[in-house]
Amino acid sequence: MSDTTAAVPTTGSNQMYVLHVNGVDHEIRDAWLGESLLYVLRERLGLMGSKGACEQGECGSCSVLVDDELVCGCLVLAASATGQRIVTIEGVAPVGAPSDVQQAFVDAGAVQCGFCTPGLIMATHALLDRSPEPTEYEIREELSGNVCRCTGYGRIIEAVQRVAVARRGGAA
Amino acid sequence: MSATTATTTTTTTTTTTGAPVTGRLGDSPVRPDGIAKVQGSFAFSGDLSADGSLWGATLRSPHPYARIVSIDLSGAWAINGVEAVVTAEDVPGKPTYGLIDQDQPVFASEYVRYVGEPVAAVAANHPETCRRALAAIRVEYEVLEPLTDPERAADGTFPPIHPNGNVFRHQRIVRGDTEATGEVVVESDYEIGMQDQAFLGLEAALAIPDPGGEGVELYVATQWLHEDRGQIAACLDLPAEKVRLTLGGVGGAFGAREDISLQVHTCLLALRTGRPVRIAYSREESFLGHVHRHPARIWMRHHATRDGKIVKIEARIVMDGGAYASTSSAVLINAVTHMQGPYKCENAVVDGWAVRTNHLPCGAMRGFGVVQACFAHEGQMDRLAAACGLDPVEIRLRNAMETGDRLITGQVIENVAPVRECILETAALPLPDEPVGGHDGDPMRLPGGAGLTADRSHIRRGIGWGVAIKNLMYSEGFDDFSTARVTLRDGVASLKFATAEVGQGFVTLAGQIARSVLGVDDVVLEPIDTTVGSAGSTSASRQTWMSGGAVDGACRLVREQLFAHVGAQHGVDPLRLAIDGRDVVDTMGDLCVPVAQATAGLVFEDTFEHHHRPTEELDENGQGNCHTAFAFVAHRAVVDVDPELGLVKVVQIATAQDVGRALNPLSVIGQIEGGIAQGVGLAVMEEIVQIDGRVRNANFTDYLLPTFLDMPDVVATLIEHPDPMAPLGAKGVGEPPCISSTPAVVAAIRDAIGKDLTRTPVRPSDIVF
Repeated sequence: MSDTTAAVPTTGSNQMYVLHVNGVDHEIRDAWLGESLLYVLRERLGLMGSKGACEQGECGSCSVLVDDELVCGCLVLAASATGQRIVTIEGVAPVGAPSDVQQAFVDAGAVQCGFCTPGLIMATHALLDRSPEPTEYEIREELSGNVCRCTGYGRIIEAVQRVAVARRGGAA
Repeated sequence: MSATTATTTTTTTTTTTGAPVTGRLGDSPVRPDGIAKVQGSFAFSGDLSADGSLWGATLRSPHPYARIVSIDLSGAWAINGVEAVVTAEDVPGKPTYGLIDQDQPVFASEYVRYVGEPVAAVAANHPETCRRALAAIRVEYEVLEPLTDPERAADGTFPPIHPNGNVFRHQRIVRGDTEATGEVVVESDYEIGMQDQAFLGLEAALAIPDPGGEGVELYVATQWLHEDRGQIAACLDLPAEKVRLTLGGVGGAFGAREDISLQVHTCLLALRTGRPVRIAYSREESFLGHVHRHPARIWMRHHATRDGKIVKIEARIVMDGGAYASTSSAVLINAVTHMQGPYKCENAVVDGWAVRTNHLPCGAMRGFGVVQACFAHEGQMDRLAAACGLDPVEIRLRNAMETGDRLITGQVIENVAPVRECILETAALPLPDEPVGGHDGDPMRLPGGAGLTADRSHIRRGIGWGVAIKNLMYSEGFDDFSTARVTLRDGVASLKFATAEVGQGFVTLAGQIARSVLGVDDVVLEPIDTTVGSAGSTSASRQTWMSGGAVDGACRLVREQLFAHVGAQHGVDPLRLAIDGRDVVDTMGDLCVPVAQATAGLVFEDTFEHHHRPTEELDENGQGNCHTAFAFVAHRAVVDVDPELGLVKVVQIATAQDVGRALNPLSVIGQIEGGIAQGVGLAVMEEIVQIDGRVRNANFTDYLLPTFLDMPDVVATLIEHPDPMAPLGAKGVGEPPCISSTPAVVAAIRDAIGKDLTRTPVRPSDIVF
């Protein structure tokens, strides 16, 4: 039987680095430098809200903010994100106190299996921060990097529109 | 081993007492798991881990057909961090598994029969260690000529690639006057490509071995816990009760989780190492590791009167089942028995084969054989319309099936069958007011968007139709019952069932049923696992009917207990009692006791199994009452096509669907829109491409899924005629949306460009050349 204590593959350079996630610094030690940001968030920091569904930046399930930019966590090497502000779905709102976007997704029926949902929540917040009153076509274009296999997108568009309306004071 | 941290969520849903009664049948309450899902705290199976857990990974065949000469595992064992390496020799029990015929090896031993077939598995401390260990395993193969032409499997000209032969099933249907002919005859060949379910939540599981290896606990995303358990236990040579399954959060299913994939491998590695093991597939591995929609070739000929009434249908169907049986025989039966579509037809000759090839195994996908049949019969209806000088709506109305009509199997349709109403209500929905390219002239609205600019003046708009019939529940004598246990305690109802929640929303519906029957606000959903009787599979549009019937039945039994108790306490005949809002009331007197008060300090509990009526096997002529029930739907598609670049933009889908009764209208709309998205995908973009038995696009860059930009507007009408045969009056709604939406889109493309398209998905080259 081989050595069972090794936490990482035994080749490669294993240095400590720091990730600033949801306002907190995390020291990442003894990690293989080949790990993606998505892997480190999930497996080393226990932040399981970001999902992996394609591992090549096509589906958006792993969407997180890095220095306010919406990126696919699967395409970012974790060690390259040191010194940057990382926000994950867990950093959007406290547990049990959902954001307006999160609540609207639930209320509008925009959630079925829910696997794409954290990524879409991240993308929707980013969209509405950039463009508070997007047209339907703008919503489609801006969110087209996030794939949903369950809903056909209709209720998601409805949820985004509800938030936009509510944020400008409820006037239709 | 330290204590594990794997947990599943018990969900409580509460409505404030005193507020109006909400969340009952016919309302659209929010999902009980909704907040957890939007906040990222809902635990999908891939999110589960346990202290000290290892990673598992699977070595797969690179060849479509080869003999295994030797396997050398020493390279893997030499890598630090590797804890187990297993092959077929390490499977303690039955070496094969399968839903109907157990012909699929846990690991290939003598032969590999498709690219991606599991050959070995490893457990190690890190996914990267696993990858290196797999790369270090040396397998020597003698490569053989693969069987890639399903026709050669059907006609027997290729030597058997499996001891069970190359034909999974042949079924003939002969009905009525086989010599009958009509004044109008139309025929064509049709072809349907291989579609992937492409659920987003990749296959993942966590297995935790019992101390001493006497049993195992598996957390897994699946559609049918009890069926998995039986197959896993047989392969592990363990009694079923020693294999305990809990549903890990399921990130979509659509049929792909009905078969075993990683279940046995994960358990075996956990038992071997004595430690928890997680396996999580990559997207490429997911494409290789689960069954797909059967590609099919269908020849079909319709005979009709000059005014368009169908006289006889003839069809020949060959479905490519890939390397192992899975549910191919049942998929075939669905295809051949639905060949007439939702139309009256007295005479038929249908021949169908499901065959074995060295392609990826095929099995269940939403629509289950009926998608393929519908693509052919709807193409035929348009041909017939053209030959008779009728429009597509008129030809369908003239032949529309009604309650009391017979299938070509001789089975009488006893369900509500509002085919005519589905067509007329769909036709009544408004066409899109948006001109080609949209009101604002944004090039993004053109086929291909801004990146592939079409000349606006060349774009043509087309309209097409599709109408479908779909069986609900399982067929051919199978008793796919469902079980539920209900406990009413202090005004709170606890529901226990093994019904796999895959995103469809049964967890929402179950609470609605309990609130309606028991007059409670608070419903607790207990963990979904194998500590209660089977619920059957979350497939075949069956859980609202079957598990809904089980929860309803158990709630009614508990309500009888409650009424007996209240009646005895107050000297009132229990038969006079009813639930009104949150109260037990005497329908013939003044008694009114809140349910919460009547149950204070007391426990009422009962279990109910819901069985549908029995069905029969087909005879050699394909005659018999093989199906349980049916639902109907119509779709109208509007597309814009760029005939020079071969690009399609689906502009709108209109639909009217026979739902029986909409128990949760918002969920029904979600199923309709989501199903249509998958139907649109099969029409214009989704296909697994295999060349010489090798998969060429097992990733989301090359296998295209509809995005926000590809998905058209959906306008829908729910046709609500509660079905007396259904426990809650409701028909399953999951599959119909993805059945006739595909032929509707393809018909619209034909209409736009005047070309005879007979293959789906329609590729740019099919349009241009």
